[in-house]
Amino acid sequence: MTEAQVMTGLEAAYAFPVVRRRFPIGQFATGFGAIAALAFIAAVVGKSQAVEWSAIPAFMIDPSILGGLLLTLQLTVAAMLIGIALGAVLSAMAISGNIVLQTMAAGFVWCFRGVPLIVQIFFWFNIALFVPDLKLGGIDISVNAIVTPAVAGLLALGLHEAANMSEVIRAGLLSVDSGQHDACRALGMTRGQALRGIVLPQAIRVIIPPTGNQAIGMLKASAIVSVIGMEDLLTRAQHIYARNFLVIELLIVASIWYLAVTTIATVGQHYLERAFARGYGRRNAARANAAVAAEDSRP
Amino acid sequence: MTATVDLMVRAEGVRKRFGDTEVLKGVDAMVSRGEVFCLIGASGSGKSTFLRCINHLETIDSGRLLVDGRYVGYEERDGSLFEVGERELAARRAEIGMVFQRFNLFPHLTALENVTRAPVMLGRMKRAEAIETARVLLARVGLADRADHYPSELSGGQQQRVAIARALAMAPKLMLFDEPTSALDPELVGEVLSVMKDLAREGRTMVVVTHEIGFARDVADTLAFMDGGQIVECGPPDRMIREPSHPRTAAFLSRVRLASHPPD
Ligand SMILES: Nc1ncnc2c1ncn2[C@@H]1O[C@H](COP(=O)(O)OP(=O)(O)OP(=O)(O)O)[C@@H](O)[C@H]1O
Ligand SMILES: [Mg+2]
Repeated sequence: MTEAQVMTGLEAAYAFPVVRRRFPIGQFATGFGAIAALAFIAAVVGKSQAVEWSAIPAFMIDPSILGGLLLTLQLTVAAMLIGIALGAVLSAMAISGNIVLQTMAAGFVWCFRGVPLIVQIFFWFNIALFVPDLKLGGIDISVNAIVTPAVAGLLALGLHEAANMSEVIRAGLLSVDSGQHDACRALGMTRGQALRGIVLPQAIRVIIPPTGNQAIGMLKASAIVSVIGMEDLLTRAQHIYARNFLVIELLIVASIWYLAVTTIATVGQHYLERAFARGYGRRNAARANAAVAAEDSRP
Repeated sequence: MTATVDLMVRAEGVRKRFGDTEVLKGVDAMVSRGEVFCLIGASGSGKSTFLRCINHLETIDSGRLLVDGRYVGYEERDGSLFEVGERELAARRAEIGMVFQRFNLFPHLTALENVTRAPVMLGRMKRAEAIETARVLLARVGLADRADHYPSELSGGQQQRVAIARALAMAPKLMLFDEPTSALDPELVGEVLSVMKDLAREGRTMVVVTHEIGFARDVADTLAFMDGGQIVECGPPDRMIREPSHPRTAAFLSRVRLASHPPD
């Protein structure tokens, strides 16, 4: 580092009107090298005679592919909803202070987070083997009839997600300073009121980023339902290339769709984070001052 | 015992332990209605713990602790004490305001919302009424123009004044202050103390843990010195500061004086 950079702004302003930055030759070389490497890879892949690039656009909007995409989206959203709702209940149990509820929540997380997802899917798919039917009152329900592949896939993904989300939500709740609980109690709120009205809104800020991560993970993990014959995006792509042998092309089609949805989800998460960042970090000075000005002009 | 009626806080032999360490070793204290009671003492002597026992943020192990003539966390029936339910406990706590060293404002709410949240949530006021009240309270602590600011946009002194307004919004009959100025830059201490002086002048009952001997001398009706989990000396602040009767009080006061007026 040059001496001029070490000087304080004031000294520099008097002694050295201009501080010359050193040309960042190292940064420049690294960046240039990286771009060159990427261009080389792109050239090799793009030139490949084996890939029929022109076939890709048509398959992007193939009805079969779009149907698979829809199922993937439905599965992801439904499994995330189950995961968040059940995860919230589990995390509330985990911090309830009730030893029975705590143990049950811990057991659930231990089991559904610890067993590989693919094993859980096969379990639900074959559940009728050990619970052939449910007797509710006088009604006898065949389990095979209820647990269709769709239900099995959804249950497996949803419960697995609940185990993960309960940990995410619990971490969020624990991130709220104990002083907040003190303040709530001193003001006369019950535990439930404090949790819902004060603690949860603050915890959500911490919960959103890992939840976005989980949702994107779920989008990709949902491809696993192909093992029980559900027709998701990947499965549909596989069906098509089994017929026409355009394997790479269809995998690229599926990848582009996965990336597109991930991109949209990332943008959505950004806005969600902004919405819940209320009160954290300084707003731009203009807004705060505008608020003061508005107050001042109040009659 | 007619005197009991006018006692806002009555502590007798209050004991409290955390694990193996006994933090309060029989605290006795009386605070009358309208009195300002200042509590001083070395760090770790148990001041905060005692304050938190008053509004039942901490439970006590033995002794008696009555606020306005009754236990905060218990119901006396047939000579035995029974814990009250959560709703009842919360309702009783709402009558006791508390101001914390670290403010503990709700960071995701504006100053105004910090003040209105509890009264609205607990059904004490309608939203419009709460906003009206909050504006009056914020004006009283000198923050009418900061109502729409978030805590992160306020100085420490401003945050603490919002916290005072928030506690006042529940119209408490007793206010507890736990070192309300200890986390503040020296130049911000005065603005908080002056708000507290105003409250004292209104005749509010206040228990104040503080290291501000000057404030205690000017405002307190009673000054109490806590040492090793007990209140070892207690009386009119002037006399106690001038001629402390307990050697530990004398030692503590001279240390505090040295700290605030270092010899050069
Ligand atoms: N929740 C707790 N668990 C265990 N020990 C605690 C707890 N709260 C306080 N203590 C201990 O009790 C003792 C008294 O603490 P307290 O906070 O009441 O002191 P204080 O007089 O307020 O001190 P300070 O002036 O530093 O605030 C300390 O030794 C502290 O470590
Ligand atoms: Mg303390």
